[in-house]
Amino acid sequence: MTTDITEEIPEAGTVPPPGGAPGRRKVPSGHRRLLTRRDRLTLGLMAGLPTVLHIALVWVTALASIALAFTTWDGIGFDAIRWVGLQNFRELFEQNPQFWPAVRHNVVWFAVLIVIPTPLGLFLAVQLDKRIRFSRVYQTAFFLPVVLSMAVIGFVWQLVYNPDTGLINSVIGANEPGKYIDWIGDPDLNLWAVLIAASWRHTGYMMILYLAGLKSVDPSLREAAALDGAGEWQAFRNVIFPTLRPTNTIVLVVTVIEALRAFDLVFVFNGGAEGTELLSILVTSNIIGESSRIGYGSAIAVVLLLISLVVIVPYLVSTFRKERRA
Amino acid sequence: MSTATAPVNAPRRRPPVRPARVLLHIVLGSMALAWLAPLLWAVYAALRPYAETSEKGYVSLPDTLSPDNFTDAFTQSDMTHYFGNTLLIAVPAVLLTLFLSSMVAFYVARFDFRVNLALLLVFTAGNLLPQQVLITPLYRLYLLVDLPGITMSGKLYDSALGLVLIHVAFQSGFCAFVLSNYMRSLPHELTEAALVDGASVWRLYWQITLPLCRPAMAALATLLSIWIYNDFFWALVLISTGENMPITSALNNLSGQYFTDPNLVAAGALLTAIPTLIVYFLLQRQFVSGLTLGANKG
Repeated sequence: MTTDITEEIPEAGTVPPPGGAPGRRKVPSGHRRLLTRRDRLTLGLMAGLPTVLHIALVWVTALASIALAFTTWDGIGFDAIRWVGLQNFRELFEQNPQFWPAVRHNVVWFAVLIVIPTPLGLFLAVQLDKRIRFSRVYQTAFFLPVVLSMAVIGFVWQLVYNPDTGLINSVIGANEPGKYIDWIGDPDLNLWAVLIAASWRHTGYMMILYLAGLKSVDPSLREAAALDGAGEWQAFRNVIFPTLRPTNTIVLVVTVIEALRAFDLVFVFNGGAEGTELLSILVTSNIIGESSRIGYGSAIAVVLLLISLVVIVPYLVSTFRKERRA
Repeated sequence: MSTATAPVNAPRRRPPVRPARVLLHIVLGSMALAWLAPLLWAVYAALRPYAETSEKGYVSLPDTLSPDNFTDAFTQSDMTHYFGNTLLIAVPAVLLTLFLSSMVAFYVARFDFRVNLALLLVFTAGNLLPQQVLITPLYRLYLLVDLPGITMSGKLYDSALGLVLIHVAFQSGFCAFVLSNYMRSLPHELTEAALVDGASVWRLYWQITLPLCRPAMAALATLLSIWIYNDFFWALVLISTGENMPITSALNNLSGQYFTDPNLVAAGALLTAIPTLIVYFLLQRQFVSGLTLGANKG
């Protein structure tokens, strides 16, 4: 059952084990002597192997991205790597016509996700948490898009947006030559069209996160609010919402990361053509495109990394501070 | 979910029928319909022959509804082959991720080594990085690693093995974090007693800790299967031969190559989605709890 897990986890870090001295709750040093040499070797391998794989493919490559960002390289032969300092960044900031639009679109992507699907997901979660009938049916309908791959979502929404065969233009009679509304091709429209599809998916995700958060709200709080005569809105605003703080943090982190990772939908939709440029698309086009400009692509990746660190670092600091205290 | 878990909470009375409730159902019902509309539209388009829709327009009543597009999409594009590719990637990736990350989690959660916090931090942070930050050097690295005879391409690049490795490396960050939290909540007496009795560390992990983690493992397995199945990005960049692609990225190729009409594309896209939908409907509870396992901690 969901609650078995979801409610156990947040307590894990906060409830001290019975009899455990504060701050020393794992196998204490006394027991360490119980570990034979063989045990230590086993443990070393158990932690070592996964760590090597993870560090090699995730961290070494991330650091290599940073290093390569200061070089120019066509990918052929290591001796062709040349150190160029900040040149890639200078070119990126000053000359690349796609860079600033991409940054702006990533920001818009985040802003839209946080302003529309997030409150909508919260609204749905609050409603579905009331134990109304058909709750499961509604929940499934809203959650279904989260299960689909972004690529499939891209295909499905193309059927809605297609200028001459799409649902929207067919319904409003704009599917004839001369009357076309080109949802996918028009640079003023396409970002918003993609964002509707992205929001469609994000709402269900947010709903589930908030539903889980609402389940861990102490029922006595609700009762107390009801006894004090608080209306539904008042109870939500003053009692329930403040207790959702941990969920809000997660929602914020998840949304920033989703906005920075956004890729598949746009790639399937129009390949990141004018109007839908994103940092992720620029990085990718520099390696799988015709021209292999590795240093330049890495510089874009570093910008992406720096932006994501703005959320990742504070989040990890607060999470792990809690961990250490526990 | 909410109904199933309700008895755990303090009982809430079912209120009498009120106009507000009715209104709520109308709002939720119409929203749910709106949410399903794009999918239903895709199903409708997929069920109609191209000839008919091009003549009558897409918004029209059907003369014929047939599953032909689905069978055509399936056979014309050799989908079984691509589903097979996906299986070849997803099954080992899910199993390996769970195996490796549970070992790290065990190490971090059950022992008091000095590196624990740093180790967990490395894994957790790694999973939060955008994939595009890794991709350029990773792509080069994959081209560099020669594996003659082991993979079809003779390299890590363009091979199922390469995709499995990056999935494992990337996803084990999330799983290690979740599993270590889960293991920390298990009573310590269990393993301590066994340790005093002289059980080896491996036994503590394999025979005592792991069986207790079954609910969390099941949840993560469901989640990982869907994530890895749905992966588009890694496969797009790290696989070059169309033949070697998993189903989701193959679809992108196929839609240009074989599929000339939108109805067929719709059918193809829906077919691709079927396995995840089946997994979701069968294992809904595990999937949802998997999503919130990491999230509820904050």
